[in-house]
Amino acid sequence: MNIFVCVKQVPDTTGKVAVKEDGTLDRASMATITNPDDLNAVEAALTLRDQIADSKVIIVVMGPPAAASMIHELLAMGADEAVLISGREFGGSDTFATSQIIAAGIKTYGLGEGDIVFCGRQAIDGDTAQVGPQIAEKLGIPQITYAAGITYDGGKLTVKRMLEDGYMTVETQTPCLITCIKELNKPRYMSIKGILEFDTKPYYVYDYEKLKDDPLIEADTIGLKGSPTNIFKSFTPPQKGVGQMLEGSGKETVDKLFNILLEKHVI
Amino acid sequence: MILSEKYQMMRKFYREFAETEFTSELLDELEETGEFNWDIFHKIAAAGLTGVKIPQEYGGQGGDYLAYTLMMEELSRVSAVLAIYANTSNSLGGGPLLYCANEEQKQKYLVPVAKGEKIIVFGLTEPGAGSDAGGTQTTALPDPDDPDYYILNGRKTFISAAPVADWAVIYAKTDLSQKGSKGISMFILDMKLPGVSVGKHENKMGITGYPTSDIIMDNVRVHKSDLLGPLHKGFITAMKTLNGGRLGTAAQALGIAQHALEEAVKFSKERVQFGKPICRNQGISFMLADMATEIEAARQLIYHTAECMIADTPDVPQLCSMAKYYATEMANRVCYKAVQIHGGYGYIKEYPVERLYRDVRITTIFEGTSQVQQMVISGALLK
Amino acid sequence: MAYDCTDLTAFEGVMVFCEQRGGKLMSTDFELISEGRKLADERSVELTGVLLGDGVEGLVPELGGYGADRIIVCNDPRLANYTTDAYADVITDVIHTEKPEIFLVGASNIGRDLAPRLAARLHTGLTADCTHLDIDMNKYLDFLRTGSTLKVDDMKWKMEDINLKMTRPAFGGHLLATIICPRFRPCMSTVRPGVMKKAPFDEARAAACKTTLFDVKLDDARLKTKVLEVVKEARNIVDLLGAEVIVSVGQGIANDPQKGIAMAQELADVLGGVVGASRAVVDAGWITADHQVGQTGKTVRPKIYIALGISGAIQHKAGMQDSELIIAVNKNALAPIFEVADYGITGDLWKVVPMMIDAAKAAKGV
Repeated sequence: MNIFVCVKQVPDTTGKVAVKEDGTLDRASMATITNPDDLNAVEAALTLRDQIADSKVIIVVMGPPAAASMIHELLAMGADEAVLISGREFGGSDTFATSQIIAAGIKTYGLGEGDIVFCGRQAIDGDTAQVGPQIAEKLGIPQITYAAGITYDGGKLTVKRMLEDGYMTVETQTPCLITCIKELNKPRYMSIKGILEFDTKPYYVYDYEKLKDDPLIEADTIGLKGSPTNIFKSFTPPQKGVGQMLEGSGKETVDKLFNILLEKHVI
Repeated sequence: MILSEKYQMMRKFYREFAETEFTSELLDELEETGEFNWDIFHKIAAAGLTGVKIPQEYGGQGGDYLAYTLMMEELSRVSAVLAIYANTSNSLGGGPLLYCANEEQKQKYLVPVAKGEKIIVFGLTEPGAGSDAGGTQTTALPDPDDPDYYILNGRKTFISAAPVADWAVIYAKTDLSQKGSKGISMFILDMKLPGVSVGKHENKMGITGYPTSDIIMDNVRVHKSDLLGPLHKGFITAMKTLNGGRLGTAAQALGIAQHALEEAVKFSKERVQFGKPICRNQGISFMLADMATEIEAARQLIYHTAECMIADTPDVPQLCSMAKYYATEMANRVCYKAVQIHGGYGYIKEYPVERLYRDVRITTIFEGTSQVQQMVISGALLK
Repeated sequence: MAYDCTDLTAFEGVMVFCEQRGGKLMSTDFELISEGRKLADERSVELTGVLLGDGVEGLVPELGGYGADRIIVCNDPRLANYTTDAYADVITDVIHTEKPEIFLVGASNIGRDLAPRLAARLHTGLTADCTHLDIDMNKYLDFLRTGSTLKVDDMKWKMEDINLKMTRPAFGGHLLATIICPRFRPCMSTVRPGVMKKAPFDEARAAACKTTLFDVKLDDARLKTKVLEVVKEARNIVDLLGAEVIVSVGQGIANDPQKGIAMAQELADVLGGVVGASRAVVDAGWITADHQVGQTGKTVRPKIYIALGISGAIQHKAGMQDSELIIAVNKNALAPIFEVADYGITGDLWKVVPMMIDAAKAAKGV
């Protein structure tokens, strides 16, 4: 049984975010991390793999060659194999185009009836939460998103699917796609053993040549040209007028603050 | 030294683990109760840390001395005492087993220790045998009634984790006719045997949360299958084990110093006096520069020593002593300065540097005092 | 005529997905209908809503009152509870029939499950979490003049562009991007709750709103997921989005989290507000996730936002920087939160907050 996990390498936006003069992101200056929700997806996959005989976890990443460092970490965490989908032709893809490419990658590897695809709910750079469901649509398999609990019973999955004010319990059959949220589990750490062995595990690179025969891959459905959405303009929000740092931190200062609030009729 | 990708991944793993699992609530609890925390010990074991340097065939992770060094550095950077939780099985406890145990003993003792299922401690020091470790007075003499047994009598002191240990590696005199460090053998002692008891928990200045006590042996009968290594020749193993232990202690001191530096830098940016953060004064910033430089120098010496341990070069004993001597003395200097930079706040328990200052003090003393290290180094020079 | 997503001229109208749960409409439905009304007026087209459920036609007037012209009602027992498969199939049919130019979906947990699946199936573009929607270029440029650092009047613009311009934050709000979907229809957009303003309810419009009962066709073989149960959690949901005052806590309360939260609650109570929290506080387990403000929590725009011991990382700022008035207390004078604060106090929150509580009580005449 194949358990796929789609993982994205993202800039670490908890650190400093650098913006270039033209308003686009200076990605080169930022550290990269594994998208947090995707780590929960990896853990869900590894947990299932540990429970089911003859199963393996395959990490699927669409990204530049630099994504290798992240893939190494995921293999060191315990994943069995990795597929890196990488090519100039894929660059500039929006979520629609991205999901086509990743779906084609999974189909090329081979998606069986008993297989499962895990994704994180959303990536911290794009924040759209679109790619998971769109991959499911392109693969023609059911999806369950916002998974906070999963049980597997011979091809049947029962998922606790979160809503804002509670949850739904939803049942489906494999093959299917599940998107994971942080409440689902606590991702395991790498291990020293895993780190020592990661480079012995199968690692495939799928480029445009490898995928181009899949019907999902057309020159006008991938990359920048194939993306239904385009950026019209990107810009930075206006800097707020400089605020006022009040002097001191004693009673006088606090009273002064509340007097200001009263004068402004804020309270 | 530039670490290769795998070692960088290891550092990242250790750091993430320590920063996530060694919470300030846990550290405060250890400090307040002084008791061994089984919960975190099990987590440390589950992460494979108790067997980092033990071969995979014996339940360990199969890492080398550098993997071990990085672990000690990164765990100590968050908590000196919790680093020791992961240390004992890899170093003083597991070391003698790795060097001298026969296959049966490895399966029986080393495997559970590597997995953190059992705890084994290192019983060398005695009230009358500290730096002069060869002055061992614990005896292990053949049982006159049964040649398959030895009778152990004696007292070991300052044994870390003795109160929670399953087993102890005990150094005892087996040939009374030989003087000094000759005629000493190693035994694996089951702490539950009749005649074995532990003394009261020592009330220490720092490293609180890893109980330390005496081990008292009163006519304890130990089977000869628990003799570890060659008879009468145990002291050599003790010395060999201590090399690895010294490297680990050096890395521990390095981690503590690194933490102290980070706290001092942070505080110096926040603390405003005379209208500006105190780091804008060269008096402070130059202190920080000195601290950072010493730390980096120690780090490189430690990593180099680890590499030499891996390659088993002939100068390993001196290097281990140099690394331990330099790093631990440096760490004490750095912690002193870190407290000074904090001013009055450095004396208050809410500020981490207060604990670091106390924790680091033992590092120039245990696993061979700085003076013993100087003896080893000068001994090699003056051969 | 066969459905062709690239035949732009065949698509007309603004349509809003109206989500109901247990027979109750969501607040985003009213917000998006209100916003959709403005867009429909600019294009001089019809504003419709598509509503799925089991016997839900009674909800039509409520939607009409906020500006909808017509609601396409899809009734079927299999639509009572949301499933991706059933809803996607039915809405695809509706869109194939109605061919709206613009399709808006509320970014609830369900909307974010449904919209991408639809967009992929319909081969069209979807822009998530939009904070601003414009069609007319003049209005868009007005927005840019106050909402961006661009020198709008020094730049060249295609004034006749009538694509829906969907603006959304990226990278934790540090960047804003206006997205268009020029080659495919419908142009889809999701909008988070609380972002768009609800129009005043219009009784006349409510009564005039038309109903189209859609012929629902569902193939059971295509419905691959089954809802076993829907459970409402009884806990008190914190209404961050509706709050006028939010008192938020961050890592600065680490020394005594429960005391910190209690203090924040007391201050919030005096000011008539609610307690919020940074992600760090939620992740540490000191407070539940419904209090979380920030990129992965909620985006809030209260009248007053008080940040206590919050450093102000980008992700947090993204969730509160549009608050009308921001007050920050932090012991680190260099904390980024002070960059968005209107008023800042560098000090120890354990000392400052009790004084704030006293001052607030005095100000309120309590």
